[in-house]
Amino acid sequence: MGAIFAKYDIFGAFLVTIELAVLSAIGALLIGTVVAILRMSPVPVLQLVGTSYVNLVRNTPLTVLMVSSILGVSFILGLSWSDNAKTNAFIWAVIVLSVYHAAFVCEALRSGVNTIPAGQAEAARSIGLTFQQSLTEVILPQAFRGAIAPLGSTLIALIKNTTVVAVIGVSDAANLMAVIIENETGGVLVFGIFALGFVILTLPVGVWFTSLSRRLAVKR
Amino acid sequence: MSAQAVLFDAPGPKAKRRHFILTIVGSVAVVALLALVLYQLGARGQLEAAKWTPFLTGSAWLNYLIPGLIGTLSAAAVSVIAAGILGLLLGIGRLSAVSALRWLSGIIVEFFRAVPVLIMMIFLFILFSRNGVFLPSVNPFMAVVIALTLYNGSVIAELVRSGVSSLPKGQAEAGLSIGLTPGQTLRSIQLPQALVAMLPALMGQLVVVIKDTALGYGITYSELLNQAKNLGSNYSNTLPAYMVAAVLFILLNYAMTKLASAVEQRLKRRGHTAAPVTNSMPNIVQGHAEPGDVSTEEAQAAR
Repeated sequence: MGAIFAKYDIFGAFLVTIELAVLSAIGALLIGTVVAILRMSPVPVLQLVGTSYVNLVRNTPLTVLMVSSILGVSFILGLSWSDNAKTNAFIWAVIVLSVYHAAFVCEALRSGVNTIPAGQAEAARSIGLTFQQSLTEVILPQAFRGAIAPLGSTLIALIKNTTVVAVIGVSDAANLMAVIIENETGGVLVFGIFALGFVILTLPVGVWFTSLSRRLAVKR
Repeated sequence: MSAQAVLFDAPGPKAKRRHFILTIVGSVAVVALLALVLYQLGARGQLEAAKWTPFLTGSAWLNYLIPGLIGTLSAAAVSVIAAGILGLLLGIGRLSAVSALRWLSGIIVEFFRAVPVLIMMIFLFILFSRNGVFLPSVNPFMAVVIALTLYNGSVIAELVRSGVSSLPKGQAEAGLSIGLTPGQTLRSIQLPQALVAMLPALMGQLVVVIKDTALGYGITYSELLNQAKNLGSNYSNTLPAYMVAAVLFILLNYAMTKLASAVEQRLKRRGHTAAPVTNSMPNIVQGHAEPGDVSTEEAQAAR
């Protein structure tokens, strides 16, 4: 076991996984917020754009998006971010992960708004708050609290889905595991190490988000 | 409650004008984006007839796309049935009165929900092919099916647990008070109701399974994506082939999602079962991929 750790940079591979997860989480949050705003806007055309985005992205397998980003868009359309193939693949991986999970972030935010009874907004308006005041003082604080739980499960799914980048040759944990199992004996042990790595990455996130959503839950 | 009703008042003349301007700006932006995409595709020769006509011939469908769809659907069907059985067993285990059984099922469920499916697939595939567990041609299929079964079985186990615990308490109490054992109460009173209430969530899980069969691409399982790649290299139309594969996946999953919400509506109309269980309900420490796949609104409103 020590020999495997000495020969292969397992921590380095998990570091790539963490980098991918952090960058894509930020990207997904940004894109997802924009899509959520579109989807919840009072303008039908913008709603349609938001809804189509969510339905298209959510029903496409991540693997399809990942593979067509590199083999399709990058190689054939020539849309490349870097001359270095590794860097190019990494950047595409972050983009695809962000775009894919943005659909789920949008749904999480929307479900957060949906937890708010209409009476809250009506009360805010009837005491004379402006649109902006009712949004920042009444609606958004409650919407955010309601969205914590689904955002947490989206983040966990994102961490696990980073493994899909292995199919386009980014050297993350899944990629390294395939290499080690291919070359060394004791595959079960190697699988155990990597599985444990993901349990360590995802379990605290889940526990933290659960306690956060319980603590911040709006009592109704 | 719809988001619009919470966020916006009925528009006045000023707001109506603003909405009109936003409608025009939005439409122009969408049309411009589509035009840009088409222009880029055209500039790289991806819109040439030669790249798209293969999809009108029988051989592209008979040799690539239909075998690919069969590969995807057969792996999904076998996995979902096996995962249903495993999930039911693990779910009953988690609700068991024997604490050792409860713990064991709990550990299995938490472990397989935390481990990425692709890692399991790669591990199983290499294990199977090195030890010759199955015929070489069956190895990828078995790796895909077993990995999907373990993961989705654990997710379904959680659905079973939350389905049973969302039933009114009186159901179990009534069962116990007429002299049934806890096991009999679970089997003949709680589970049948919980399973019906779970139906939409289970169908939503089928969408996850169909999407995850595409991970089999990484271990040479000949599903739709892999076949699209072969088709692309044979007719030298890689990008159109991926697009067609994506459209097929989207149609398949969209139909499944619609069916799930239709079933959910029907159950709600019938009105004499417990509230529908959705994937994002009480236990949120679940690493499963689609929060809110089956109408999160109801789950959130129900809380």
